[in-house]
Amino acid sequence: MKLVHGTDFADSGPVPIKLTLPKTCRIAACAILAFFATFSARAEEPAAMPPPPAPTLEQRVAGLEAYLNNADPTGALKDKAGNIPAGLTTASVGVAGPGHNAWMMTSAALVLFMTLPGLALFYGGLVRRKNVLSVLAQCLGISGLVTILWWSFGYSLVFGKSFGSSLLGGSEFFFLNGVTSAPNTDYAYWVSHNVFAMYQLMFAIITPGLIVGAIAERMKFTSIMLFVVLWMFVVYFPLAHMVWGVNGFMNGVWNSAAGIKAIDFAGGTVVHMSSGWSALILCLILGKRIGFGKEKMAPHSMVLCMVGTGMLWVGWYGFNAGSAVGADGIAANAFTTTTLAAATAAFVWGLIELIFRKHASILGFCSGAVGGLVVITPAAGFVNSTGAVIIGVFAAVVPYIFVTKVKAKFGYDDALDTFGVHAVGGTLGALLTGFLATHDANANLGTNLKDVVGHTLWLEQLKAIGLTLSLSVLATVILAYIVKAVIGLRPTAEVERMGLDINEHGEEGYVES
Amino acid sequence: MKLIIAIIKPFKLEEVKTALSEIGVEGMTVTEVKGFGRQKGHTEIYRGSEYTVDFLPKVKVEIVVTDALVPKVIEAVVKAAKTGKIGDGKVFVVPVEETVRIRTDERGESAV
Repeated sequence: MKLVHGTDFADSGPVPIKLTLPKTCRIAACAILAFFATFSARAEEPAAMPPPPAPTLEQRVAGLEAYLNNADPTGALKDKAGNIPAGLTTASVGVAGPGHNAWMMTSAALVLFMTLPGLALFYGGLVRRKNVLSVLAQCLGISGLVTILWWSFGYSLVFGKSFGSSLLGGSEFFFLNGVTSAPNTDYAYWVSHNVFAMYQLMFAIITPGLIVGAIAERMKFTSIMLFVVLWMFVVYFPLAHMVWGVNGFMNGVWNSAAGIKAIDFAGGTVVHMSSGWSALILCLILGKRIGFGKEKMAPHSMVLCMVGTGMLWVGWYGFNAGSAVGADGIAANAFTTTTLAAATAAFVWGLIELIFRKHASILGFCSGAVGGLVVITPAAGFVNSTGAVIIGVFAAVVPYIFVTKVKAKFGYDDALDTFGVHAVGGTLGALLTGFLATHDANANLGTNLKDVVGHTLWLEQLKAIGLTLSLSVLATVILAYIVKAVIGLRPTAEVERMGLDINEHGEEGYVES
Repeated sequence: MKLIIAIIKPFKLEEVKTALSEIGVEGMTVTEVKGFGRQKGHTEIYRGSEYTVDFLPKVKVEIVVTDALVPKVIEAVVKAAKTGKIGDGKVFVVPVEETVRIRTDERGESAV
């Protein structure tokens, strides 16, 4: 995350932002009058106050240069004490920068593309043909549901700060109140606040979407939706605030008072660990699919699976490079490391299969690519290209062992390997980031963390892993049993046998005509 | 009249069809089928899950011919479908009591 520390301009934001949010028409009228009174050069009011000071040409140029560097446009307006003289501003303050904004809107669309249809097809291809639509329905349902949660409370609980807590955000942005096209400088100088909110929404959508993989083919649609509502409030919103909130408990890069000085660039803990570990617990509580281990449950379409994988890979550029929250050098580095890790892991997984099983399979390449993308996620903006290739090798070897050996040994029915790839990969990535993060890749590591990076960062990462894992596991145990008690988790055996598509959604994926 | 049923490898269908056309066979019925014989099935591995596939895809060709043509048909099918490896398939010959051409109501060998 590219955050901006030590500034409080969100609270004293530019006047027009606040005035566009009147509670009544009367207030609106007053606000409009106030707007013109403040900003119209032709206002002929009696001069109660002196006119605001005009910025110098140097200050105006400095504001534009800040745009090029994704830096603070008010930097050159400050006096020696660090204060901005009352009324002094330039045209580059309080507005989004077109380039950074364009990249973030593109990135938001790319991250949505990861779920719809990337993840839906990746998972959809891996289930049996009688259940392909159930996976698509779950991805679509989660997209709509989480968007409503995000608009109403979620965004504020993650990226607000009115609670003054390092564990949960605030209430100031409930119903996206005050989230306008002007930047929220707590998080980005040049990206519209509403674009930032939509970008982060896409992460909130894909995270519960990942859980679907472990419980595929045997959980009721309504039960999944109810579980997701509870899980978002208990696990995702607090965790995302802790890791990415400007005053978050585990935000080591930007919060000098962070309890755990960990780093997570694009969501190794928040997205992949939380969903992956929760998925394991949920699939254990849910039980195995009928016939698991006895009947053939092979993927019904490796073609769809591969198409989905390609979409995930492409979308992941928005996920990782977009997490720089700007089109800057950190984004460029994340773009590069993402490519290297994914490609390396895909090739290495295929190679392992070729050596030990004589076939390099499509599912092997796909698993490696996704594994590489998962493991590079927390590291993308913090490591260099060599680190990314090292991560790519680990990202193939370790998840390979988990999905082939560990799963077979313990016999849990993690249907599509959400645990083996996302939980294991997310945990591995968080730890490797602790060893491979370097100041050279990201100058932001040289401030609050300058004594930690390269020394004990991996210990901080371990603490973050422990907290994420504990919260995910404990919360999922409780929430799963609540849902089980209220509406049950599984469809009837007959429905499961016939398939979820025709019974739960009234449609079939492939109609013979 | 005899019904000749040939179970062959799918990729050999075109060669068998050509060989039969060359000896004057004017019609056949082709079905995609699954089954197993001595070749058995094969295994598929998806990540950690290994599945044995018992039924392999084959093509079933059904031809009704006059008795005189039977040896030539068998010879043509066997020659065209043979790879020499396990799983090449089988040919069955079954007697046919009657044949009727629906359009003209012709019966017997002239309807074949």
